[in-house]
Amino acid sequence: MIEIDKLSKVFQSQDGEDVVAVRNFSVAIAKNEFVSLVGPSGCGKSTMLRLVAGLIPPTVGTILIEGVPVREPRQDTGIVFQSPTLLPWATVADNVLFPLKMMHQMAVDSLDKANALLGLVGLAGFEKKYPRELSGGMQQRAAICRALIHDPGILLMDEPFGALDALTREEMSLELLRIWTEQPKTILFVTHSIPEAVLLSDRVIVMSARPGEIVEIVEVPLPRPRSFAVEARSEFQDCAQHIRKLIFGARDEHDGAPS
Amino acid sequence: MLVVLIGVWEGAVDLFRIPVYLLPAPSAIWSDSVAIAGTVAGHTAATLHTVLVGFVVSFAISLPLAVLLTSSPYVSNALYPLIVLTQSIPKIALAPILIVILGANELPRIVITFLVAFFPLVIAIATGMLTVPPELIELGRSYKASRLQELYRIRLPYAVPFIFGGLKVAIALAVVGAVVAEFVNADKGLGYLIITATAFFQVPVAFGALILLSVMGIVLFQAVVIIERVFFPWSAVNQEAVIV
Repeated sequence: MIEIDKLSKVFQSQDGEDVVAVRNFSVAIAKNEFVSLVGPSGCGKSTMLRLVAGLIPPTVGTILIEGVPVREPRQDTGIVFQSPTLLPWATVADNVLFPLKMMHQMAVDSLDKANALLGLVGLAGFEKKYPRELSGGMQQRAAICRALIHDPGILLMDEPFGALDALTREEMSLELLRIWTEQPKTILFVTHSIPEAVLLSDRVIVMSARPGEIVEIVEVPLPRPRSFAVEARSEFQDCAQHIRKLIFGARDEHDGAPS
Repeated sequence: MLVVLIGVWEGAVDLFRIPVYLLPAPSAIWSDSVAIAGTVAGHTAATLHTVLVGFVVSFAISLPLAVLLTSSPYVSNALYPLIVLTQSIPKIALAPILIVILGANELPRIVITFLVAFFPLVIAIATGMLTVPPELIELGRSYKASRLQELYRIRLPYAVPFIFGGLKVAIALAVVGAVVAEFVNADKGLGYLIITATAFFQVPVAFGALILLSVMGIVLFQAVVIIERVFFPWSAVNQEAVIV
């Protein structure tokens, strides 16, 4: 579904120096697979997501989606950003319909579809409200509906629950799993939270910082459907511990700090 | 509060026997102005007309100008010095010259009103369009929005609170601009009334004109506020949040 081959991205910083954000990144993601990107701040996770979204071009390497190189944003991709980024002047329903309006795909049943999606995430009855009337978690749910409205095959999520409080965050992870089960999609999920990545994903790509490189791609050996109960299992703990070591173990060696 | 102030004013003028050409009592302002109510109304209507036309022209030119300014750095670099130049010319000095060029009619007055009012409006709209959060632009791009869609669906709506901020300044300045233009050349208008009334020592009438100008300024300003509240409630709410 998504094939990323030897991808590198170099930015020019303001003083003209080259900054390598991502280096030699290769992975193949299967259809309807749930893959997370985990790593320390500044490891190029978000850059990776923007590259796959076609928002920025790679410096070296290729991204193929269904065999076609990504050169610009595709119709078949939905994106959820860290902040809800809802338009404050539009109602929740209009916000959800935004991608269809931009891509000239509005149909007679589009509004029904938006309402159905809002119902799916527990926002029935809020269609005509404005974003400021919603809590942070509700706004992010609306943003997820917006990413799903055009029925994309690929969902790119950039720390979608990062700005939410811990309780809302846990609730939203389960909700995402439920949506993914009902409407299977290929999901690339960027997060800071190791437990969140393990709970949600089939595979977790662990990245190192500066330059952003793949340290290891970890398979999550947990059965589906998953709930918070799996967090108590030893496989979950081992997997999370393994990822933690990959990230912090390397850092300890650099710093020379005792582990 | 206002009533008390007027009462003190009236009493002080009576008590200290202040000559009417220095400070007329509110009652004198009222009676002298009402005595020529028809003429005053005509002058008020003339000034109001100049203010409104000048204001509408300011908005009609500022909006596309701001869109143009924000479209590319090259356009901005070429146009900005010209716009700043129009602001560095003293409008009151420009007025007589404009009258020679455009003739002794309302047109030079509207041009002066426009020149006084449009600048803060252009700056406000351009600022609004440039401060759109990059996430919103990225959102538009990720759903393949064209530049025109980006303008209509993201940049302009985002700039609405800024536009109204500019409109509030512009409507107040439009009144100033119209009166300045009337001082220099006019055969009607409240500015003209003040000039002629003081020339004949009809100070109460001049004060009456002054009060009418203040009231006009307040009413027009409130009209802009109400238009914002009614048609763009989310914008008015955002501003309250900023102020509080």
